[in-house]
Amino acid sequence: MSGFPNPLPRPPEELERLRAVWRAPSGWRLISAVNNSYIGLFYLGAAMLFFVLAGILALLIRVQLAVPENDVLPQATYNQVFTMHGTMMMFLFAVPAVEAMGVYLLPNMQAARDLPFPRLSAYAFWAYAVGGLVFFCSLFFGLAPDGGWFMYPPLTSYEFSPGHNADFWLLGIGFIEISAIAGAIEILVGVLRTRAPGMTLDKLPVYSWAMLVFAVMIVFGFPAVILGTALLEIERGFHWPFFIAEKGGDPLLWQHLFWFFGHPDVYIIFLPAAGFVSAILPTMCGTPLVARRWVVLALVATGFIAFGVWVHHMFATGLPKLSLSFFSAASMAVAVPSGIQVFAWIATIAKGKLRLTVPSLFVLGFLAIFTLGGLTGVMVAVVPFDWQTHDTFFVVAHFHYVMIGGMVFPLFAAFYYWAPTASRRALSERLGRWCFGLMFVGFNVAFFPQHIAGLMGMPRRVWTYPAELGWGWINMTSTIGAFVLGLGALVFLIDLARNFRPFTGANAGNVWNAGTLEWLPGGTSVTRSIPIVTSLEPLWDQPTLARDVEDGRYYLPGTATGRRENAESCSVFGAEGHPASSKAAHRRSTS
Amino acid sequence: MSPRICTRCAKAALVALVGGCSGPQSALDPGGAAAEQIATLGWTMFAVATAILVAVLALAAHAALAPADRPAWALREGWVLGAGLAFPIVLLSALLVWSLSITGQGADAPPAPFRIQVVGERWWWRVTYLGPDGRPLFSTANELRLPVGRSVDVELTTADVIHSFWVPGLAGKLDMLPGRVNTLSLAAGRAGTYRGQCAEYCGGAHALMAFMVVAETDDSFDRWMAAQAAPVAEPTSDETRRGRDLFLASGCPACHAARGTPAVGAIGPDLTHVGGRLTIGAGLLPTHRGTLAAWIVDPGHLKPEVRMPAFPIYRGEDLRALAAWLESLE
Repeated sequence: MSGFPNPLPRPPEELERLRAVWRAPSGWRLISAVNNSYIGLFYLGAAMLFFVLAGILALLIRVQLAVPENDVLPQATYNQVFTMHGTMMMFLFAVPAVEAMGVYLLPNMQAARDLPFPRLSAYAFWAYAVGGLVFFCSLFFGLAPDGGWFMYPPLTSYEFSPGHNADFWLLGIGFIEISAIAGAIEILVGVLRTRAPGMTLDKLPVYSWAMLVFAVMIVFGFPAVILGTALLEIERGFHWPFFIAEKGGDPLLWQHLFWFFGHPDVYIIFLPAAGFVSAILPTMCGTPLVARRWVVLALVATGFIAFGVWVHHMFATGLPKLSLSFFSAASMAVAVPSGIQVFAWIATIAKGKLRLTVPSLFVLGFLAIFTLGGLTGVMVAVVPFDWQTHDTFFVVAHFHYVMIGGMVFPLFAAFYYWAPTASRRALSERLGRWCFGLMFVGFNVAFFPQHIAGLMGMPRRVWTYPAELGWGWINMTSTIGAFVLGLGALVFLIDLARNFRPFTGANAGNVWNAGTLEWLPGGTSVTRSIPIVTSLEPLWDQPTLARDVEDGRYYLPGTATGRRENAESCSVFGAEGHPASSKAAHRRSTS
Repeated sequence: MSPRICTRCAKAALVALVGGCSGPQSALDPGGAAAEQIATLGWTMFAVATAILVAVLALAAHAALAPADRPAWALREGWVLGAGLAFPIVLLSALLVWSLSITGQGADAPPAPFRIQVVGERWWWRVTYLGPDGRPLFSTANELRLPVGRSVDVELTTADVIHSFWVPGLAGKLDMLPGRVNTLSLAAGRAGTYRGQCAEYCGGAHALMAFMVVAETDDSFDRWMAAQAAPVAEPTSDETRRGRDLFLASGCPACHAARGTPAVGAIGPDLTHVGGRLTIGAGLLPTHRGTLAAWIVDPGHLKPEVRMPAFPIYRGEDLRALAAWLESLE
């Protein structure tokens, strides 16, 4: 870069004024922060809280199922516990966690100072955190929903669930969905508009692409379930029979509405995680992602195909066989983009030199687990095989392989990888290895045997089972594995407590020698100036970039208006060709 | 270890694995053509999937651990498309064709001279055998009997919430939906007792909603059909006579029927031949007078949230007599 937009030396008071404008409120007023770096971390913290709580519920489930004819948990409590476990993991942990990572990472990765609507992020977070906690507390009053996480009517309608339990689910989840859509709109606009000058779509990080597809999928998919929850709540409250067959409704309508959201939701959770992997591997291998264009195409293709597969949750409902075959074909097709990504990651590992750090270990663990989960996914996409395995522990095993393997392992890789951008200290490599080892072994011991349990006839959502069916040893193994997995998560929490120090204004810096812009100095608060992007890995290709940014030679080195200002780019082309427009100040009120 | 011992160990392990996976409710222990086909499909997919998994893991390990001079193939994008795009498309297309050929199979066998209607109820199965004209022959509960080698149409529906009818040893599952009748073709290739269980979460005691399918030879099946069509026999002892009188006098007929007596209740299971069924409480307990007595006194203790109220009014002689009469209804 020959000419810099701003000459040196910079006026001496400029940096202090910039910092003052972006400084977060201190003390308990910190909770009024709206900047993405803070909201992102709050958001992530809340998601992890729900992960731990729902994980404890999972351990309760495993204790109850450890031996046949057990009665540690009464039947009614068990039904609430598994419903809450599923609901919380899907709605209160998985989607919010990846959305939180997006809120936190995207502006930094795109060298913007914030997402376009910081208050919308804050709204999304607070609506979710408060709603989620209230929802969780229904357990303590015996009012937790007990209809299973997909809440099929008529079981969940007024006749068979007369209590308030189902209303907690419908209203609570309805609001959490609205929060998710708010966050998605923020991310969608953020990816397209808050990019550094020069970051055209072909220089957009793969993670940003993943989040773009993610956000579009939420905007298309979530309204279906909001509609469903509204209809069911109206049915419960006012007895309008949307789902009651004898009054002209149809219970299958709910299943279509729910799974039109529910299956894309799996990819909504997986795509950001795939984005993590595509961001982490190049750093750990020291080489750009192989077949990057194909990976981006795979993300977009997944986003499309994912909306054509929902009926594979309904293969056993007796729908016409011709329509089943379409959905079976689409469900197999959706495996193809995942295959492309898996091989692109392996090729990246082969091309570079993989450093076996904790993030790399989690990525390798992800590759192994997710591949197995993907293969069983193809099996359950096969209609006759699904007739046997649907609603059994085979499916339970399958989706835990896909969700824990495909999302939780990459998320832990992301925690270990990006913690140095938020915290004064990086997380411990030693504790991280223990965490990975326990989680990987525990996970496989817990969930692999469940495939066998399902094939041996064990349906899911059963409170207990008779000894003579021979499922006892499988379930005991599974329970032991679950506790080892839980121990791994505990090690992670200990690591966090010992080493994670956010909100100090300093961070550990570019400890992995990464090439992307979230590793510019400046950390959680704000980079000194907004660079002009000329490549995919600017920090690798421009050795002086970090220093030039820090010196304030690029855009917006100070505050022109005395308020928060952000870069804005053209949706498609970034700001290439007319960098001046990205200087346009956008006022962000902080008070 | 010599290779021979190795082979022997591997064989033993395989037998243990497959044997360990059998059982009255195992999809890996098929007793009928439909389940057999799916099991074959499943085993084939396991074999191919295992090969793919091992190949992917070996490739990843090789990529991660290979020495610094990178293999030439790694530097080209082409193999990513070959392995990630071309290979799965070819393989999945073949799998799709095979699976659809199984999916599309209807009941080609000649229709049996009867059909079975099964209605899912919370949390038991109302079973009605229908004659060729569609008229009910008799009603029973939680147990189906089939003649070996004959294909039978089972008409599935529900009285309340969604249930799913699943006998893994014979066929895949099919849901029971309000307002719809789904028809499942069931055929047992060998005589035996197959356990089935509700596979769609239906609240409350979903876990305790099982049933039995007994496949038997034509002769014994015909005898069973004739016996089921008959009404309750006259009690032969004082105790069973007392049991019947108690049954009729104290409210049981409000919910239960016993054909040939004034009891015609239709809320709970038809008890005409309850003593001849393998289990009570929808697969919960073997049928004998002890379990019958325990069930009558406090069914909710054995099966939480069950719809039948407890009858602690029966005790001592009364309870024994009532249970003895029910047990005698074979």
